[in-house]
Amino acid sequence: MTSARRKSYGVKGAPYAFLLPATTLFALFFALPIGYAIWLSLHKVQVKGLGLGSGARSEVWAGLENYTDALTDSELLDGALRVLGYGAIVVPVMLGLALLFALMLDTERVRLAPFTRLAIFLPYAIPGVVAALLWGFLYLPDVSPFYFVLDKLGLPQPDLLDGGGLYAALSNIAVWGGTGFNMIVIYTSLQAIPAEVHEAAKLDGATPLQIALRIKIPMVAPSLVLTFFFSIIATLQVFSEPTTLKPLTNSISTTWSPLMKVYQDAFQNGDIYSAAATAVIIAFVTLLLSFGFLRAANSRTKQQGEAR
Amino acid sequence: MPNTKLRRLVATSVAVVLGATALAACGSSGGSDDDNAADSGPVSLTYWSWTPGMDKVADLWNKGPGKDEQITVTVKKQASGDTLVTKILTAHKAKKAPDLVQAEYQALPTLVSNDALADIADEVDGVKDKFAEGVWQQTTLGSDAVYAIPQDSGPMMFYYREDLFKQYELEVPKTWEEFAETARALKKKSPETDLTTFSANDSGQFAGLAQQAGAKWWTTEGEQWKVGIDDAATQKVADFWGGLVKEGAIDNQPMYTPAWNKALNTGKQIAWVSAVWAPGTLTTAAPDTEGKWAMAPLPQWSAGENVTGSWGGSSTAVTTDSKNKSAAAKFASWLNTDPAALTALAKEGGIYPAATTAQTSDAFAEPPAFFSNQPDFYTQASEIAKTTAPSAWGPNVNVAYTTFKDAFGKAAKDKSDFGAALTKMQDDTVADMKKQGFEVAE
Repeated sequence: MTSARRKSYGVKGAPYAFLLPATTLFALFFALPIGYAIWLSLHKVQVKGLGLGSGARSEVWAGLENYTDALTDSELLDGALRVLGYGAIVVPVMLGLALLFALMLDTERVRLAPFTRLAIFLPYAIPGVVAALLWGFLYLPDVSPFYFVLDKLGLPQPDLLDGGGLYAALSNIAVWGGTGFNMIVIYTSLQAIPAEVHEAAKLDGATPLQIALRIKIPMVAPSLVLTFFFSIIATLQVFSEPTTLKPLTNSISTTWSPLMKVYQDAFQNGDIYSAAATAVIIAFVTLLLSFGFLRAANSRTKQQGEAR
Repeated sequence: MPNTKLRRLVATSVAVVLGATALAACGSSGGSDDDNAADSGPVSLTYWSWTPGMDKVADLWNKGPGKDEQITVTVKKQASGDTLVTKILTAHKAKKAPDLVQAEYQALPTLVSNDALADIADEVDGVKDKFAEGVWQQTTLGSDAVYAIPQDSGPMMFYYREDLFKQYELEVPKTWEEFAETARALKKKSPETDLTTFSANDSGQFAGLAQQAGAKWWTTEGEQWKVGIDDAATQKVADFWGGLVKEGAIDNQPMYTPAWNKALNTGKQIAWVSAVWAPGTLTTAAPDTEGKWAMAPLPQWSAGENVTGSWGGSSTAVTTDSKNKSAAAKFASWLNTDPAALTALAKEGGIYPAATTAQTSDAFAEPPAFFSNQPDFYTQASEIAKTTAPSAWGPNVNVAYTTFKDAFGKAAKDKSDFGAALTKMQDDTVADMKKQGFEVAE
């Protein structure tokens, strides 16, 4: 009796013991920092008089002040709009290209497939800052070989570091770097489609284009959803490309994207409280958008499943 | 039964160990809290600095005067400027800032306002006379306290391509009016060439130019701050540069880009309003133009005047977290006033010392290699350094500088009104101070 009880106790405790490492790590390196950020975002610094000397500065409760300030700050909103504009170019172009390349690599009559795959994937292995620096040189008219050629040919030379050109320039860096990764994800799931499915379609007289549109794309829809989801998060968090290009042009302000504003507030202006509030807002919006999208995608798949 | 005994034994031993740890903790904290006790024994100090070769200069101290005083200094190399300010403040929050830090002059009020810097007035008596008035005043913030000892300074000067000025038949401008005329004359002779550029990516340059015009950006009135970023002097400077950009007499692209390097290197830009450290920058930016540049005093606002601003420069400060403040102050005074130390700083770190006697020392007998064509480079430089206008920094220079970059960057790009950009700089700076709770006079 006693031994049996002890045994059942041990089995009961085991899941908790197994959970312990993960829970501890989650609490220490995820929940705790987030909690601290939220705590910071609800405080601010209060200075007395000239603010010189000891004891002139104290941390006080600010309530939601930092949040209302951030939400009414036109610069943050403008930054969000800029990032949306950038995302509207990056996400469709990058995923469109990735899908196209994946489908092309998946056709039967492709040559040099491993090499091409590697060549398209390679830019992903280059760190974002290096890629941005590299492209930055190519965008500067005075040092870029492209502009040299355009000049020699007497063609118009677009300004890629200003206005609409800037969005194209920034998107280009992201597309160049991200297409390969997304292509591999889509390509892998294309490879997982059983061969008899295309064969059946081929016997029924479907052209390669029809196979791609009617069979392959619907079957890789889940991985398209996944890559879209990743791309949205990456877009909302764009930071290193505009930060790296910033010194090259007057067109990128220090608060061009919302994350740049967080960095600016925390590390240039020394106001970690506002920075924390803005960071919490960005995290919340990212969460909302991602889950909203996942839900929409899920309910669609479910409907399709029911229709079938 | 044996179980209980064992448990009791364990409990007792745990209690003993804990008690011992607590006692040890008491002992060690008691010892280090006592300032005098620490000062008399051997002392080791940590120094955060970004000056290259600072460890070698500290070695001079550790083997010389430091050995006699039993004070050892360890240098920890850091990133420069704003990045280090943030790092010091973070370390100070944890009460773990190093004993000594290098800080740019404009960062001192921010650091003092965060209670990170100690007042070392009593320890550095008599050091004041070694520095120009305008330089020293930056370390006192207009009070009786002394928060740092000046290390290097950056008096502003006018750099130009001597050969190209001859080729385009241009005179070296003595006033800003002549500077504008020179820019226009050059545009007429060679439309592809610019005299210089107005760059919005280094706020220090604009601050120095405003300082030359007599601007006082931050002043105190009793217990209130007064912010004068949009005062008449600064407005004059902003309108002047805004006018030149608008009419296209000068370029509007930022400095320190590959394109800027190329423009300097190929003679597409033929002058640069800069400071005493410019030879170093030109050596890397425009390597093909060695020996073709010359330096002259900054153009003046009215003929016959003789004033310059400063761009860059830093100081050595002792932190409030230091347990050996007077030892740290001793090292800071030695580093910035002792001839041997200053010569080593100039040689190893390539700095232009703030101490006036050092500016004419042997280390500066020869011109910089890039300016071998101008043998009296440093003689002139020390004359110019004497004419540095006083500057007035406040507790949120960082915010003003950031707004400058964004607002003037946009205005330069659009070739729009620089006055409006200046107003934004003033408004944002005041708003930030008020938000933090500073008393600001209207």
